[in-house]
Amino acid sequence: MNFSKKSPWILHYDGTSCNGCDIEVLACLTPLYDVERFGIVNTGNPKHADILLITGSVNEQNIPVIKQLFEQMAEPKVVVAVGICATSGGIFAECYNVCGGVDTVLPVDVYVPGCAARPESIIDGVVKALGILEERQKTARKKK
Amino acid sequence: MIIMTYILKAIVIFIVAPLVGGLLSGIDRIISARMQGRVGPPVLQPFYDVLKLFQKESIQVNRMHRFFVYISMFFIIFTTEIILLGGDILLAMFSLTLGSIFFVLGGYAANSSYSFIGSERELLQMMAYEPMVLLVGAGLYYANGSFFIKNIATASVPAIVYLPGIFIGLVFILTFKLRKSPFDLSMSHHGAHQEIVQGITTEYSGKELAVIQITHWFETIFALSLVYVFFITKNPISHVFAITACILIYLFEIIVDNAFARVKWQMALKSSWIVTGVLATVNLVVISFFR
Repeated sequence: MNFSKKSPWILHYDGTSCNGCDIEVLACLTPLYDVERFGIVNTGNPKHADILLITGSVNEQNIPVIKQLFEQMAEPKVVVAVGICATSGGIFAECYNVCGGVDTVLPVDVYVPGCAARPESIIDGVVKALGILEERQKTARKKK
Repeated sequence: MIIMTYILKAIVIFIVAPLVGGLLSGIDRIISARMQGRVGPPVLQPFYDVLKLFQKESIQVNRMHRFFVYISMFFIIFTTEIILLGGDILLAMFSLTLGSIFFVLGGYAANSSYSFIGSERELLQMMAYEPMVLLVGAGLYYANGSFFIKNIATASVPAIVYLPGIFIGLVFILTFKLRKSPFDLSMSHHGAHQEIVQGITTEYSGKELAVIQITHWFETIFALSLVYVFFITKNPISHVFAITACILIYLFEIIVDNAFARVKWQMALKSSWIVTGVLATVNLVVISFFR
């Protein structure tokens, strides 16, 4: 039996975001969407998290931060890029300090486009990530 | 034969106590969610969490860091077994302290600033609740003339009649033991954001975090069994009252958890010592005069 699908814990990191997507991510926790119904918890700790949710594009200063957060997470783990900035850099792509989307630094598994991404699509993205998480769990167990 | 039944009982407690503790924690999460106008997770969510954590990778900071968690769980299970088998309440309290101390040492062993601050706060919390826990033992001895739960269970009058002050003090410090707001200084449950990340549990992942959860379920059962002891007599109906009291106290703690913000450690220490000093001590003085 695989339980990673039933209790995904999320670590939310805010890159060079305008805070639009961050507010939508937090909206998922409110009574209207209530993602805790699915066992989803917003942890503030990479060592407890299964899913790394990144909003906003990546700039030179937060590359080491994102890398460290990702390395501190325990296997199996997935990365979800939320919002158009996180997927490709969005309207900030041409800025002198912006490197682009999250995939310039980390292997992104799920892209959730939108400006700002709506809570429904964020939940959709997380559910998609859960499928990938389950696959990873299976392959990790086979390796053992 | 007697030894056999004891061993059997111990095994049953070892299996049933964490199941009940986990269910209570699941119910707690649903009730908290309903209070906030949400639907909340399924009742079995704490079990899903723990099973998932067992399947995850455990990141080893150092060997002692992991070792202390298991030792802590061992002593907490020992405490729960003693109380539920009708053993010596003093022994139970000392092994409870030992279990908590090993948990603190685990926090210190991680060499992380967050778990370091968490450990220091955990020590402060222990300073805050320990006197009251000891006075509960002393009060039960005054009321029944024995430290053994099995003797207290054969009393003709429930201990609450003699010890109302000590009971209120116990309910006050249960907030520490159940890790509820306003006294959840050292770590917070269910991912609530805290200024020290997850406090003492920050550096734990995978199996060890699951073990910490299970230890907490045992602690919950221990805390509620202390409430239980205050209501039991030799009359079997008293057990119904005792269980009702446990449920009501647990509901009360959930309401308090949702209604109050976390306090600073000074306030936690002062308030619990004042409650202990006034309610418990006056109760003990009165009972020693009139019995």
